[in-house]
Amino acid sequence: MVDLKNTDVALIMGSNAAENHPVSFRWLDRARQDRGAKIIHVDPRFTRTSAKADVYAPLRSGTDIAFLGGMIKYILENKLYHEAYVANYTNATFLIKEGFSFNDGIFSGYDPDKRAYDVSSWDYETDAEGSPVKDMTMTHPRSVLQLLKKHYSRYDIDTVCSITGTPKNKYMQVLETFCSTGAQDKTGTILYAMGITQHTVGSQNIRAFAIVQLLLGNMGRPGGGINALRGENNVQGATDMALLYHIIPGYITSPSNAPEHKDLTAFLTKETTKGYRSNTPKWVTSLLKAWWGDAATKNNDFGYHYLPKRDSKKNYSHIAMFEAMHKGEIDGLFVMGTNPVVGGPNANKEQEALCNLKWMVQADLWLNETADFWTYQAWERAVHNDKVDRKTPADIGTEVFFLPACAVFEKEGTAAQTGRWVQFRWKGAEPVGDSKADLWIVDQIATRVRKLYQGSTKPQDEPIVNLNWDYGHGHEPDIMKVALELNGYYLADNKPVPSFAKLMDDGTTACGCWVYCGCMGLTPTGELDYKPMHRDNKDNSKHGLGLFSNWAWSWPVNRRIVYNRCSVQPDGITPWPGDEKRALIQWDATAVGDPATGKLGKWVGDDVPDFNVTLAPEEPGGKNPFIMRPEGVGCIFAAKTSMKDGPFPEHYEPWESPTTNKINSQQNNPCVKVWEPDKQGNSKDFPYVATTYRVVEHWQTGALTRNLPWLSELMPDMFVEISEELAKEKNIKNGRKVIVSTSRGDISAVACVTKRLKPMNINGEIVHMVGAIWQFGFKGFATGDIANRLTPHIGCANSMCPEYKAFLCDIRRA
Amino acid sequence: MAYMTNLYDSSKCTACRGCMIACKDWNQLPAVMEPFKGNYSTHEDTNGDTFTIIKFMEEEDPVDGVRWNFLKYNCFHCFDPACMQVCPRQAYSKTEWGATIHDPDKCIGCQYCTYACPFHIPKYRKREDKIAKCTLCADRVSEGLTPACARTCPANALKFGDRAELLAEAEERVKFLRANGFPRATIYGKLELGGLNKLYILTDTPDKFGLPIDPHIPKQIPFWQDWVQPWLGWLIPLAIAGSATSFVTTRILANKHAGHEEHGAHVEGGHE
Ligand code: SF4
Repeated sequence: MVDLKNTDVALIMGSNAAENHPVSFRWLDRARQDRGAKIIHVDPRFTRTSAKADVYAPLRSGTDIAFLGGMIKYILENKLYHEAYVANYTNATFLIKEGFSFNDGIFSGYDPDKRAYDVSSWDYETDAEGSPVKDMTMTHPRSVLQLLKKHYSRYDIDTVCSITGTPKNKYMQVLETFCSTGAQDKTGTILYAMGITQHTVGSQNIRAFAIVQLLLGNMGRPGGGINALRGENNVQGATDMALLYHIIPGYITSPSNAPEHKDLTAFLTKETTKGYRSNTPKWVTSLLKAWWGDAATKNNDFGYHYLPKRDSKKNYSHIAMFEAMHKGEIDGLFVMGTNPVVGGPNANKEQEALCNLKWMVQADLWLNETADFWTYQAWERAVHNDKVDRKTPADIGTEVFFLPACAVFEKEGTAAQTGRWVQFRWKGAEPVGDSKADLWIVDQIATRVRKLYQGSTKPQDEPIVNLNWDYGHGHEPDIMKVALELNGYYLADNKPVPSFAKLMDDGTTACGCWVYCGCMGLTPTGELDYKPMHRDNKDNSKHGLGLFSNWAWSWPVNRRIVYNRCSVQPDGITPWPGDEKRALIQWDATAVGDPATGKLGKWVGDDVPDFNVTLAPEEPGGKNPFIMRPEGVGCIFAAKTSMKDGPFPEHYEPWESPTTNKINSQQNNPCVKVWEPDKQGNSKDFPYVATTYRVVEHWQTGALTRNLPWLSELMPDMFVEISEELAKEKNIKNGRKVIVSTSRGDISAVACVTKRLKPMNINGEIVHMVGAIWQFGFKGFATGDIANRLTPHIGCANSMCPEYKAFLCDIRRA
Repeated sequence: MAYMTNLYDSSKCTACRGCMIACKDWNQLPAVMEPFKGNYSTHEDTNGDTFTIIKFMEEEDPVDGVRWNFLKYNCFHCFDPACMQVCPRQAYSKTEWGATIHDPDKCIGCQYCTYACPFHIPKYRKREDKIAKCTLCADRVSEGLTPACARTCPANALKFGDRAELLAEAEERVKFLRANGFPRATIYGKLELGGLNKLYILTDTPDKFGLPIDPHIPKQIPFWQDWVQPWLGWLIPLAIAGSATSFVTTRILANKHAGHEEHGAHVEGGHE
């Protein structure tokens, strides 16, 4: 966050930063005042962020790749890219194998029956040793740069604007302003949020950002980067802890029943790649030791077979889980910190799905809409619609348990923010009534379940019987024990492991999450020193870059800006011309690198080098800053299995779209899984583009804020925003009730008729938009219909992130 | 003592409304539920339990396109406050650092101040039959704290400090804004009504923020102050005995100031 103050241009796209991340503007405004930075906002709606931006450009929801594709073409055509950066720090110079092709929206290797690609042709040409062949001039027709040029040659400004609906002059202004950061002494940053990810092409939207930022040389440098503004303050922490089904803690692929995961050796062979990831065996073994302690030995694969294995053919994401529940395939559900009856896509269906459970446990501060999904109130609907099931409590057999949870200020623990700073929060007040911290709840469940299995000798019970679960025996679990486990410890003496490079694969270390290794140290007197508790607000950087390295701790190893090797030229010594102040690290050939051997040469600087500290620039790999990638460089071309739907982002229309795809003849992303083909709304019945979003006054599904009178007062009712033009057409008055419908349901809401929304000209036709706040429900002081009753069950081809942001609807006066 | 005040920078305010919550929290004011009427403001005006609001105003012109102006609206703590001039019970006073504060113990709820105020800030609180308004957190400031709103502002749009220093800062900022896309940027509160103890940096002319370009105190106020008020001592028992007198005097003021009548109507709302 603080680093935003170092930027020259900030592109906020698919994010309403001013509203949903107010603190970001503190730093953006600093950049504007101190450096003359410009702020650009690209969004379907004019929001409080647009009001604070220097340039605002609208676009039709779901057309980001067209918008950014045009930007890529503009950068390449006008040679605005940062040439030395592109040549040395990206794979633009790599040659792609013969056989790779792209034709009318389809890349080579597509199987229409499986709706999937065989990605073997999306690969580098390699020499005899297996290293990628490069053309440093980037002129070879099969070099990534030339392929990129060819791919985006179709994205000319007129075509782009006819797809996105962006006025041409505004689009040009965005291009000129942001692409100016390709200059060597400039950096630009991108801020995005759910407006980018919640699409059937969500992951490719981010890929398009990555390409732009790599071309402009904006990664790994202060004031640069691609910043995911999270939907919650601890989303980063949740993903670090592997909240998602495809990973285990520390972003390691979760084991499946596929033959390549059949045992630990096979798993490690498959998952260990070059670069940093060559440490995977140490991380996985230490993780297994943390979970099963003494029961995890070399002879039993460190308990690898205890890990549940997902079906490699199955999807376990949110939509898939609720589809399975709807079919009655799931018996029980734990709901903690989420409220799917309000927040889940196709909320009518998800509410029905809950009726097919045998039991459900909900832990929350209040009886929210999910906890009360079975009540009469929960089945009231604005409009009678035959397609939507209506139930009464008598129809529902699900047994519901409610565990009162305490608020964030009533418990201690850490939260990791978007800049990966892990910050400890002390308890500010005692919990209300019998409410408990999540940690207490989870600890009690684990301890009591384990007790039930005590003495069992059945092999299938071993994972529970042998579980290493010991967080103290006090009234509350000992949070420092959790912290030490996450950091990692030596099994011999329980002392913290100082950094993840020191983790072992022989069973002598245990570590719950390798990215957190190093967050626990020892004070000079030998006590545990938990660095997320550090609160030194002195900026340790020479040029006031705001690193604040002793405020909390950031993973990995307290590095504040990842890929910071990019902040100096390939020689490792010279900063980028004119940008001396933003060089974060430098190669010092005279410093003693390795005290043991006395070898000279070391990376030094204000930030912790994101690099092998003793690897000299002229050594092999010494110029490869992207150490998390096997290639060592940033990927303009996403080779092999990186992406499911193409090595370059390509524009496809949202699943429900008011128009046909103008750039290729594939209407939708050819790799998305279609769950409900019959629920795809068409533009005849549902002529308007709909999107959903939040307001600053409410938090997520509103379960927290709609139960607080002061916040309810500020945003008391569910409303939808429409343009004055659409209001006139439909005879809708500001402040009056309307009904919004999709093929999945109907809601009622107050109309907010505003100048801030404008009809768009999409390829010669006028397209209107309806914007709905998705934070309302039937509980609390401020109530209103649930916008997600409108949204579809369809997700991104890569991440399955639901397409909440672009679908079709109709609107009429209530 | 030098005047201390808030400087509000509309170019930085993101309208997060954190200041509204901080104000309610510090002053322990109940929520006033009103339906959403199509504007993010929810409340069109301050009320007896809402001392500060953020106003949202949409503007559109061919050059700038759409603009959404935000304004933190609350008591301006005028140097020479009309409320203080008209109050029959001397419920108003000025702190030595410039806050206009109102003493509810002296207040009889006659609402003259509401009508006299060029901004209609003092509001009637029905449940107590008293007036209530922003105090510039005089209770906090006297303890060396900054006002609750200024302390909470995440965007740095609100600052509290020495008025002269803040004014100098505001002048610099306006220069910057004029050179960076806001040619009509201006300061509000420097000279208006002889000076307000609230300073505003506006990105456009005051009318674009719903503020009077040339605010003025009703002409009859000096007359009131010099002639009517000294006699009010004996008017009050009458006013209390039957609201007739109060009604009449109130109407006299209101009628002479027809433009303000509309605002007067709001006050009755009470919204409790
Ligand atoms: S807290 Fe600051 S940014 Fe938020 S509304 Fe108030 S003045 Fe504006």
